[in-house]
Amino acid sequence: MKKKIVKFTVPILISLCIMPFTFLETNKAFAFSNQVIQQGAVGDDVIELQSRLQYLGFYNKKIDGVFGWSTYWALRNFQYEFGLPIDGLAGTDTKAKLVKASKYNKQFVKEQINKGNKFTHYGGVDQKKQSAPQPKAPAAKEPAAKAPAAKAPAKPANPKPAAPNQEAPKATPNKPTAANTPGGFSSNDIQLMANAVYGEARGEPYTGQVAVAAVILNRVNSASFPNTVSGVIFEPGAFTAVADGQIWLTPNEQAKKAVLDAMNGIDPTGEALYYFNPATATSKWIWSRPQIKRIGKHIFCE
Amino acid sequence: MIRGIIIGVLAVGVAGTAYWGYQEHREKNAILLNAENNYQRAFHDLTYEMDLLNDKIGTTLAMNSRHSLSPSLVEVWRLTSEAHSDVGQLPLTLLPFNKTEEFLAQIGKFSYQTAVRDLEKEPLSDEEYETLKVLYKQSGDIQSELRKVQHMVLENNLRWMDVELALASGKEQTDNTIIDGFKTVEKTVSGYDESDFGPSFTNMQMKDENFKKIKGKTISKKEATSIAKKYMKFDGTAEVKVTESGKGSDYGFYSVSIRNKDTGQEGSMDITKKAGFPIWFINYREVNEQKNSLNDANLKAAAFLKENGYKNLELFESTQYDNTGVFNFVTNENNIRIYPEAIKVEVALDNGNIIGFSAEEYLKSLNETREIEKPVLTSEQARAKVNPNFKVMEERQAIIVNDLNKEVLCYEFLGTIENDTYRIFINAVDGTEEEVEKLKNAEEVYNEVI
Repeated sequence: MKKKIVKFTVPILISLCIMPFTFLETNKAFAFSNQVIQQGAVGDDVIELQSRLQYLGFYNKKIDGVFGWSTYWALRNFQYEFGLPIDGLAGTDTKAKLVKASKYNKQFVKEQINKGNKFTHYGGVDQKKQSAPQPKAPAAKEPAAKAPAAKAPAKPANPKPAAPNQEAPKATPNKPTAANTPGGFSSNDIQLMANAVYGEARGEPYTGQVAVAAVILNRVNSASFPNTVSGVIFEPGAFTAVADGQIWLTPNEQAKKAVLDAMNGIDPTGEALYYFNPATATSKWIWSRPQIKRIGKHIFCE
Repeated sequence: MIRGIIIGVLAVGVAGTAYWGYQEHREKNAILLNAENNYQRAFHDLTYEMDLLNDKIGTTLAMNSRHSLSPSLVEVWRLTSEAHSDVGQLPLTLLPFNKTEEFLAQIGKFSYQTAVRDLEKEPLSDEEYETLKVLYKQSGDIQSELRKVQHMVLENNLRWMDVELALASGKEQTDNTIIDGFKTVEKTVSGYDESDFGPSFTNMQMKDENFKKIKGKTISKKEATSIAKKYMKFDGTAEVKVTESGKGSDYGFYSVSIRNKDTGQEGSMDITKKAGFPIWFINYREVNEQKNSLNDANLKAAAFLKENGYKNLELFESTQYDNTGVFNFVTNENNIRIYPEAIKVEVALDNGNIIGFSAEEYLKSLNETREIEKPVLTSEQARAKVNPNFKVMEERQAIIVNDLNKEVLCYEFLGTIENDTYRIFINAVDGTEEEVEKLKNAEEVYNEVI
């Protein structure tokens, strides 16, 4: 009999001992995945990182899920204040400290992002006051649009005054509200080039598409062509896809990716400025250009 | 009766079609006229700016005071860039007109370089003065040629639409006054020697186009194949095609394309003939859902570079685009970052494989015998040169290529002004603010865009 009691009580005792921890753990279990979060990253972990940093008053820009410079400095300030090694990486220790020091209302943040509301996530402020529904009019372009009543009470460990300057996010559910773009280009430039690449080379192998994008960029950098992406693409007679309107077809993801590759420095053409399709080229002059190489159906030349 | 009705209906039909056709015709003409007017505007703007340009260079020559010289050179610079943009709006793409455009770019570069210089400390040298004189004469030549064309256009009511049609149909030999006129301009400019710009005028491109600084012996096609396989992780059974670069290339390279029939994996790579360095490669495939963190991918990229014998590289920028991570590495020698020596590595975040690589910049600037000068200023002295509102967060020494296409040793300060992050380079020898770069924040996604 006694043995049986022991048999029952031990697990009960153990579970009693564990219970408080498990409650604590549940709070943690939802926090961060295992990854080390590094500058340039995007995703849910970054949203949480930004929310938690904002909760403590270190981060006061928009919670957009992209680990940019503002997040980087906020994280470093946090590491400095909490006596962690200042490396700008959210590793295990940093994440643990962060989780301990702050709260993260995932439901609230996710809901706000999905609804496209303007919102903040400061600690010690009523959440209802921290969100404003998306206005019907298109999002204000100026970042001066202020979220109402979003001033956080200054925390003792707050190195920066909380002066939130949010841009109104305008997002569809489950999509990031911001994205990385290569230096010197906007996402609209990428779109325009993707249009041109798709119109000019949609039947070509991937390398051939990167090559067309690279020619556009080589022209932008060349002294003998206009100095902007749009100037090069819309130069009269430069691209047949512009002349016959194929540039306005909707490009696919592959064309966009090819443009990103080219912007990131891959130039499969060996610095070509011209290319032509030998089967359809009408100009004799183009044949006089010194040729560099052939990719797919196109010959690339200087 | 029925006949009458049919005749009536047909008559209405004919009249309707005629009216519709007339409307279409009018609309077409309106559109053509609109396009024609745009071309005319660009053309007349161009000739006007060439007029002004010539005048401005002339007045610059006559100037003595340094105070008025700088603004005047800036004006020259502005005019060249406007003229350049006008040329870009004319349907001349298929007409060789690049010498003229290059000429404009060179005047622009020259005037910029002299205008931004402190002319009090370093006045125009005799050579530069000579250069200016030559430019004055040459721009005068172009101006008069263009004026001739302009006169003929106005006199004979010539239309640019005809030029476009003539060029598009490939019948350039047909007698077209505008085309002939522009060909004459181009010929005039081709006659100018680049050396006219004087010895102080550094070449437009300092970059080593021939990968001259790379040392090593020429590799064979077979070696190129094995290098490509090694980098892109293809096994022996893959199908390989190697082609040599054509005559138009500034440097010799092999293009290797590999296809593995079993796995469908496809890759392409360019390799320098000299020493067999990969210039770039793409190992294209669809990238699935993210399983690796950006940090894991970073370690993989670094390991990949190490494994292939690239030394002293450190990560300088990492960015995630959808499911790929792009990592920018630069050389770090004795804690001095050498920015021109940059390599980009692209990693798929689903399985951590390397899917893209570009080392063109790296190979062009790679210089193992580079002598790094000693800084004259201390870091405190350099720090005093930056904007007082700038909050310095990080600092280091770095080599960058400045506006004059020279490699210079700088103190690099990374920091913030309010909510924006900047990278500021202060020349470590003379304290010039060589470059101020505003670093990009993530861009908001607009609904309308993908």
